[in-house]
Amino acid sequence: MSRLMNWIDKRLPVSNSLKLHVTQYPAPKNFNFWYLMGSLALVVLVNQIVTGIWLTMNYDTSATGAFASIEYIMRDVEYGWLLRYMHSTGASFFFIVVYLHMFRGLMYGSYQKPRELLWVFGMLIFLVLMAEAFMGYMLPWGQMSFWGAQVIISLFGAIPYVGDALTTWIRGDYVISGATLNRFFALHVIALPLVLVILVFLHIIALHEVGSNNPDGVDTKKPKGTVPDEEKAPFEFHERYTNKYDIVDSVPFHPYYTVKDIVGLAGFLILFALVLFFEPTMGGQFLESPNFEAADPMRTPEHIAPVWYFTPFYAILAAVPNAVLGVVMMFLAIVVLFLVPWLDRSTVRSVRYRSGFHKANLALLVVSFVILGFVGALPPTEFWTVVGRIFTFTYFAFFVLLFIYSKNEKTKPVPERVTK
Amino acid sequence: MIKRFILALALLLPSVAFAAGYSGPLDRANYDLRDKESLQRGAQIYMNYCLACHSMQYQRYSRTFNDLGIPQELGEELLQFTSSPGMHKTSAIDADAAAEWFGLTPPDLTMVARVRGADWIYTYLRSFYADDSRPFGANNAIFDNVGMPHVLEELQGTPRRVTEQRMVDGEMTDVYVGIRSDGNGTMSPEEFDQAMLDLTNFLVYTGEPMILERQRMGYFVIGFLIVFLILAILLKKEYWRDIK
Repeated sequence: MSRLMNWIDKRLPVSNSLKLHVTQYPAPKNFNFWYLMGSLALVVLVNQIVTGIWLTMNYDTSATGAFASIEYIMRDVEYGWLLRYMHSTGASFFFIVVYLHMFRGLMYGSYQKPRELLWVFGMLIFLVLMAEAFMGYMLPWGQMSFWGAQVIISLFGAIPYVGDALTTWIRGDYVISGATLNRFFALHVIALPLVLVILVFLHIIALHEVGSNNPDGVDTKKPKGTVPDEEKAPFEFHERYTNKYDIVDSVPFHPYYTVKDIVGLAGFLILFALVLFFEPTMGGQFLESPNFEAADPMRTPEHIAPVWYFTPFYAILAAVPNAVLGVVMMFLAIVVLFLVPWLDRSTVRSVRYRSGFHKANLALLVVSFVILGFVGALPPTEFWTVVGRIFTFTYFAFFVLLFIYSKNEKTKPVPERVTK
Repeated sequence: MIKRFILALALLLPSVAFAAGYSGPLDRANYDLRDKESLQRGAQIYMNYCLACHSMQYQRYSRTFNDLGIPQELGEELLQFTSSPGMHKTSAIDADAAAEWFGLTPPDLTMVARVRGADWIYTYLRSFYADDSRPFGANNAIFDNVGMPHVLEELQGTPRRVTEQRMVDGEMTDVYVGIRSDGNGTMSPEEFDQAMLDLTNFLVYTGEPMILERQRMGYFVIGFLIVFLILAILLKKEYWRDIK
């Protein structure tokens, strides 16, 4: 066995990579609940890819056969219903863990120097994930698949001059049709997942280059030679790290965080299974009821609402009276997240040591996002439009305020070492 | 129990209303997917009264017979009026002709319970009333100007729309309170309600024929995961004991 490993290691750096990224990778020892989301997102990604592969085996990409093939999978394919529900439940849970993961980053300043690029890769993943989910939702070819896509694609029509040509180019037809379904299928099953996997790879490589942040936001890699031996973390870490730094308050990723992530995974899977086996439509939120009716271009559903994970952005779109401006604001709501590393000018990372004003501002962002999520799911009324406008304003206010106060923010003293 | 809990969670989210313009109260359908006799009676009504116009193209006969505990030969003899054995249930009606007669092609009902919900179906089936202004002499209290005739009239008897004089916003108005049969049908009102509950039960079943299997598997999976979680916690504790 060891001779085989030797043979391989001379040709491919397997052992070294495992040490570098797993068994001798230093991770701060004070990770909390919020640090489970990254590994959970990875598990869900694998779930989506594996169940997705098996779903394609029985899926029909034609407009006449798509809807029936989903029901064929649900009824006639052995455990097809399980694969389908794992995939549809996984889509929603993907967004749950990714939103929590992003919030963790905002809370503990994980986007601050030197982790700006790490954050940008994460945001690119989020963007691709939204496109992936949108295209995936079209594939069952139900009423909501059709009309949801109709609404979203027609948004591009609001762009002056090129709008109409652009929507035709996206659809591949003058209306949403089998041509659209086919290209969305291609993008959903290969193009975007490929990009997603590459981005996830880059996200992890970028993470391992700079090292994980932690709930205290203090560096656990101190300059070489500044820490007495008895203060250093009592583990063997890879020389890539120890040659440059004195490492404190850290543990090797494996076995310490693998066993911890398994606990998180078990808890997560229980929640996942509760939904999957007992309420797979989540009361019409994960799978909307009109989508159990085949797409009918002649009949519009009474209320077209995007799936829950898009509703905050949809609410922003609907809040702006001007169509073009609405589209711009919706995209801006995502673009502005990319800029957070440069909008936040504070040098203190963790919310634990930042001002009360920052804490309140962060709370404002969460409240705005959640309320926009509700508003985006409801049929538009005058009252809800006003609510949508107020919280669209506060959503953007978070970023503007962050930029203003963070430069001279009154922060608390940050400890030298991580706390318990 | 678990289902209720999840449903309660889901209800915290805004729900999407979808019921052909009707947003009033619905009668609660206390269906029971474990009641195979009810499902069999529901299937019988569907095959005899509905399938002629409403296809059930995603559900196979053989699947239905297996799941409902109906012997294959008996099912084929008594319930299978269209298409060949094992095949999906198609309707007898010609789609284009139907569209001309009723104003639209009668929709496929395999998943109608997933689209509209069991309560809506149960209420709808019991809300037909005689209305001479309609082409087929029937209307529906929760689906105004419905295109289909009241095909179950021979069971229910001629249903009359019952209204009551009530004070609404300071004015006496006729308010719809329910349906009363003339009693010329083959079923009593209680029998008819039960028959409609059976039919609703059957439609919930066809919407998602694996519900019971799914839930049964769920208990095993969650049971396993709880044991796994406990072991994982113990393992984690063992490893982290020395980390200060």
